[in-house]
Amino acid sequence: MKVNRRTAAAITAGGVILATTLAGCSAADDGNDGDAQTDASSSLTVWVDANRIEEMQEIAAKFEEDRGIAVELVEKEYGDVMRNDFIQQVPTGEGPDVMVGGHDWLGQLVQNGVVAPLELGDTVNDFSDVGVRAMSYEGVTYGLPVSLENIALVRNTALADSTPANWDELIAAGQEVVASGAAQYPVLVPSDPVDSDPYHLYPIQTSYGAPLFGISEDGSYDPDQLLIGSEGGNEFAAKLVEWGADGVINTSITGDIARDEFAAGKSPYMLSGPWNLPAFQEAGIDYAIEAIPQAGPEAPTPFVGVQGFFVSSESDNALAANEFVVNYLGSEEAQLTLYEAGGRPPARISAFEIAAADNPDVGAFGEVGLTGVPMPAIPEMGAVWDNWGSTQSALVNGTAGDPTDAWQAMSGRIQAAIDG
Amino acid sequence: MTSATTPEVDSTIVARPPRPDRRRALSATPSVRATMIKIVSLGLLDALVFYAAFVLTFNSEWVLAVGVVAAAVVINVIYLRRGWLPAKYLIPGTVFLLIFQVYAIVYSGYVAFTNYGDGHMISKESAIEALIDKSLVRVPESPAYGLVVVERLGQLAFLVTDPEGEALLGSDEQPLRPADNAEFAGDRAIAVDGYTTLDFSEMIADQKRIAAMSVPLTDDPNDGALRTPDGSQAFVYAATMQYDEEADAFVDTATGTVYEDTGEGAFVAPNGTELRPGWKIDVGLQNFVDAFTEESIRQPLLAVLIWTFVFAGFTVAATFAVGVFLAVMLNDERLRFRRTFRVLVILPYAFPVFLSAIIWSGMLNPQFGIINQVFFGGAAIPWLTDPVLAKLSILTVSLWLGYPYMFLVATGALQSIPEEYVEAAKVDGASPWAIFRHVKLPLLMVSMAPLLIASFAFNFNNFNLIYMLTRGGPQDINTGMNVGATDILITLVYKVAFGETGGRDFGLASAFSIIIFVMVAIISVVSFRRTKALEELN
Repeated sequence: MKVNRRTAAAITAGGVILATTLAGCSAADDGNDGDAQTDASSSLTVWVDANRIEEMQEIAAKFEEDRGIAVELVEKEYGDVMRNDFIQQVPTGEGPDVMVGGHDWLGQLVQNGVVAPLELGDTVNDFSDVGVRAMSYEGVTYGLPVSLENIALVRNTALADSTPANWDELIAAGQEVVASGAAQYPVLVPSDPVDSDPYHLYPIQTSYGAPLFGISEDGSYDPDQLLIGSEGGNEFAAKLVEWGADGVINTSITGDIARDEFAAGKSPYMLSGPWNLPAFQEAGIDYAIEAIPQAGPEAPTPFVGVQGFFVSSESDNALAANEFVVNYLGSEEAQLTLYEAGGRPPARISAFEIAAADNPDVGAFGEVGLTGVPMPAIPEMGAVWDNWGSTQSALVNGTAGDPTDAWQAMSGRIQAAIDG
Repeated sequence: MTSATTPEVDSTIVARPPRPDRRRALSATPSVRATMIKIVSLGLLDALVFYAAFVLTFNSEWVLAVGVVAAAVVINVIYLRRGWLPAKYLIPGTVFLLIFQVYAIVYSGYVAFTNYGDGHMISKESAIEALIDKSLVRVPESPAYGLVVVERLGQLAFLVTDPEGEALLGSDEQPLRPADNAEFAGDRAIAVDGYTTLDFSEMIADQKRIAAMSVPLTDDPNDGALRTPDGSQAFVYAATMQYDEEADAFVDTATGTVYEDTGEGAFVAPNGTELRPGWKIDVGLQNFVDAFTEESIRQPLLAVLIWTFVFAGFTVAATFAVGVFLAVMLNDERLRFRRTFRVLVILPYAFPVFLSAIIWSGMLNPQFGIINQVFFGGAAIPWLTDPVLAKLSILTVSLWLGYPYMFLVATGALQSIPEEYVEAAKVDGASPWAIFRHVKLPLLMVSMAPLLIASFAFNFNNFNLIYMLTRGGPQDINTGMNVGATDILITLVYKVAFGETGGRDFGLASAFSIIIFVMVAIISVVSFRRTKALEELN
């Protein structure tokens, strides 16, 4: 009985400590809230990924020195986690003042009201047009563009001495190299067995005159004008069947396989982004980076992904955050610093020119990017990619039946997904 | 609490003739120290509860505040009162249970009754604010004005320099007017008589007010107003949308379209166009109604449901068969290297499912996969892109991933079967198959049947395997369905609720998970009833 009572007392103590801790947690949270509000004017919180955080420290230090406002850099993994945390935390008042992110997140951020419009002022002309367009949604600019990313044609100079004039000649040249036994694939286009890869095939598709959306007056995409189902799209669909049968495009070649095979010198051409260059250099491949050859009657326009900085709509530091983003992160110096962090072409034109002179690969990819279009950012893109990819995959694999019917059915489903 | 000292104290109490005051103390509690600890701990708890209740009340969280206080009262009564010993033991665990289990379940249940999801994440006030922000756009081609913020008697004003170099002064109430005696630095006005110029840190201290300032260009508000995003430049903004507070509606200034709050968590125009963002509201049973009427899910529901049962049923049956078979084989003492074999057999169990599934999807690649390369002489068999083969691949991989668990459980159960039963059967001349069929299997089933039900419930929701191997695909591209050949219920729900049709819908997803939970619960209860019959065999 005594022991029981003592145990009971111990459990009581334990329970109380527990309750205390729990209560303490909630109390501490409340305390933080209060602090955040009172400290708001003295520090900016910025979410940034591991690759950029060191370079960001330099820019933050300069801002603190000039403006007397500390910038607290919080390292977050770049991607879905960061985006979802931002969407969920900003409404509760917990999120950061500024976040680095991809322009294709914009539709979702705007739809949820967590990002504030950003006025670039007259500096807007200092940035590449595609960068600024990417950072705009429904005609309003929301972010400061920092870097561009896109695919281009990478040519193995040992296997092919010059770039063919158009896509058909490229295939012919590639097949010749394969016939001679020097290579195994005429060209490598990364794909996915189930979902194909509309991203890598987009320049070819647009070349046939079938971009995804039309462009509205203010230069933004107009989702009401779905152009993917146009006549050119049918032509492209028929071509996919043809290329699939000839083994030019193969859904079994995933991004990893394509990279490894090109690095092993098994193909004269590959559609690739800058992210594969280190592998090619390591393998000792001599390569050239060039524009993607025209396939149909129009000029090919690759998708451009733009990364940049967004200001939270609930930021208590609106003025300081805008000042930091536009006048500091947007400066030539900062854009060059951030270029060193990722090696991607900077969005500010003057910084891009310096970077291009410094590294011809960056210059070459950047040049191709200037001919590109921003990847659409509407929240419905998830459904669009799915329908688009599965249809292309079926076309290449020859299981789609009549290409025109399949392509039109896909266009209808994409329309339905956008109409909700 | 040291256990060594207290009993001694207690024994002295018992040994000595109790004095009157001691006796009273004894009748209250057995140990002074325990009492002290109890009082101090409860005191701390109460103090914290008082503080928490104060904070909660301050934030208008009435329900939580009352809940916290009520819980504290219950805890105090239980520990201060004598007796009620079971309650004293149970309360800490109950508190944990309530906070970490019940709260989470109740909260996700609550989400099922809201429209929480993309486009409806914030409160109505924030949505209105965001819409106003979004509707203010810089007038195209309008010039930038150099700006300093000035202050007089607590009132803020903008001192701007227009593109012609004229200094102008204005505030929220007072449209821009020439500031004649402005002081210039270079071609920018930096101060004006009667006002104090704010430096950057002063502006930052007042930035919310400054960011909200809107200085009309003229007496006519339609000419636009100056606003500043950064405190050093001002631009002419015009609103494309006006918020009418009385009507609780937004009016498009160009077209005159009125967007009203129609109770759906967004401002909606007569033609059905919604303004984004909307806000979170309670929608009652709407999500459950949608779950059964949503076109993209109702249409393929039957096919998916059948495949879900086939997948889960086959996986349980096949893994059970293979697991038990291997367990019986490797339980034979005549077998050499039994331990090595056992380790090899349970290897698939050692890898995380999603990793294994990704590796399998690589191995099943039609051209480069090791399966086709090694076993089929490089034939390009479309394991993951043909609807039938994809189903077959899923079942195979699921068998490969699942049998080690059954093997482990069956090995344990087999070893617990008394050797005498087997001996007795042998003496009666039973064949090995008869021994297995009539002696071992019934005894195995007693312990394994509940695990088979659990395994069925697990595979019913085996999202990882399906999603990592085929992502539900291949999709039938000739129909309007947003669903692939290998989608099970949970992956279908994932596709519908998290992004297939324009954004994630947490409310709908919660409703679906409740529906799936009910289905699995019914199947489990019915099966458990049945398996009771097995136990009666003994």
